[in-house]
Amino acid sequence: MTKRITLPITDEDIKSLKTGDSVLLTGTIITGRDAAHKRLYELLQQGKELPVDLRGEIIYYVGPAPAKPGYVVGPAGPTSSYRMDKYTPALLDLGMKGMIGKGARSQEVIDAIVRNKAVYFAAIGGAAALIAKSIKKEELLCYEDLGTEAVRRYTVEDFPCIVAVDSEGNNVYRRG
Amino acid sequence: MDIRIIDAAAVTAAVKKLFMDCNYFIGSDIMCALETALHTESAPVAQSVLSQIIENDRIAAAEQIPLCQDTGMAVLFVEYGDKTAIDGCFEDAVQQGVREAYEEGYLRKSVVSDPVFDRVNTRDNTPAVIHTRIVPGDKIRITAGGKGFGSENMSAIKMLTPAYGEEGVKRFILDTVRAAGPNPCPPIVVGVGIGGTFERAAQLAKKATFRPIDTENPDPRYAAMERELLEEINQMGFGPAGLGGKTTALGVNIETFPTHIAGMPVAVNICCHAARHASTEI
Ligand code: SF4
Repeated sequence: MTKRITLPITDEDIKSLKTGDSVLLTGTIITGRDAAHKRLYELLQQGKELPVDLRGEIIYYVGPAPAKPGYVVGPAGPTSSYRMDKYTPALLDLGMKGMIGKGARSQEVIDAIVRNKAVYFAAIGGAAALIAKSIKKEELLCYEDLGTEAVRRYTVEDFPCIVAVDSEGNNVYRRG
Repeated sequence: MDIRIIDAAAVTAAVKKLFMDCNYFIGSDIMCALETALHTESAPVAQSVLSQIIENDRIAAAEQIPLCQDTGMAVLFVEYGDKTAIDGCFEDAVQQGVREAYEEGYLRKSVVSDPVFDRVNTRDNTPAVIHTRIVPGDKIRITAGGKGFGSENMSAIKMLTPAYGEEGVKRFILDTVRAAGPNPCPPIVVGVGIGGTFERAAQLAKKATFRPIDTENPDPRYAAMERELLEEINQMGFGPAGLGGKTTALGVNIETFPTHIAGMPVAVNICCHAARHASTEI
């Protein structure tokens, strides 16, 4: 069964989501990957304010391809999440509510998800052209100089993903 | 001796087309394997992931947009005929083709100038990695692909010694695939290079990922190893997108080279289902 969630995500929504659930997200999400995470994390460590308010938000690990004329965004599938593991617990402790990426997370991230009642969604890696169809609008928020890695706000409609780690720490990724 | 003169612009145009084509159009070998896998899978999540990947690849081809946003670092294998000469600079012509493909083809620029310190985007996806071999003839044959790093990062090389034997080789390959788990966008293509020296093994592994998966190693012993490894990998259970299932890999390709009496290097280059490569002859 597919669950539809309207963003911003509520604590009740998060509680109702179970690992393995198929979800369609509608609302706004924020993009950011390696370079943006590094900058945000360094600001946090220096005790400085972030240029983007992540409280209550879901961050999508993506570096889109350029948009062809007539398109809102270029292909925009998830990138591997583990590279953000170092930075994620601090962002969750700040009040960020979820992440969308692909692949397994560290135990520290899973612990931070449970501690903060958050959720980690997996999108299908390599399904970038299809996923882009659910992105209806984009707006630059900060770090324009990072190009594809800049932080943007996407307005999405029925963005397809799967609950990979729920708020109780259940993990969809099995060990081989 | 007759030397064929090739215009540098022809090289640029050919390279440009290769990179645009391989990023928009998935190979028929991969498409067939995905469709077969869709019938093999029984878990609804695995089926759903596979049908979304198939739909994705159809959209990309129909709209001529990249099938994955990571359009990769450009890698080329060039077989350069020794009876040809370039009117211009071959290396520049290739890099220009890459530049034009990534700029005009709406491909993502993913290359940084310096690996450790600057990490500033070169903004045109150059430089490409070019492997050149001089061969007899008056043609230039190029196989090119964009290599995404979600899967590239999961690759590994090991200098095994002869005593490890066939079992040791297989164990290292399986361990590498297991360690990669759900990260490299399964179903994957596993490229293996065995023999040669340290760098030759790695190069062979990359070359193996560029070989269509509906072909097999001409040596029946390695062909059998390809089949056995594929079967064992697909028992690991990672499945499409790592969400569980029977299809962790679509193919295993092994390439070999003679090696030293004391060595048995094995390199495993992991490629995702977006296994993009295309070939042309000038
Ligand atoms: S690993 Fe391959 S399919 Fe996955 S995001 Fe990277 S290039 Fe795309």
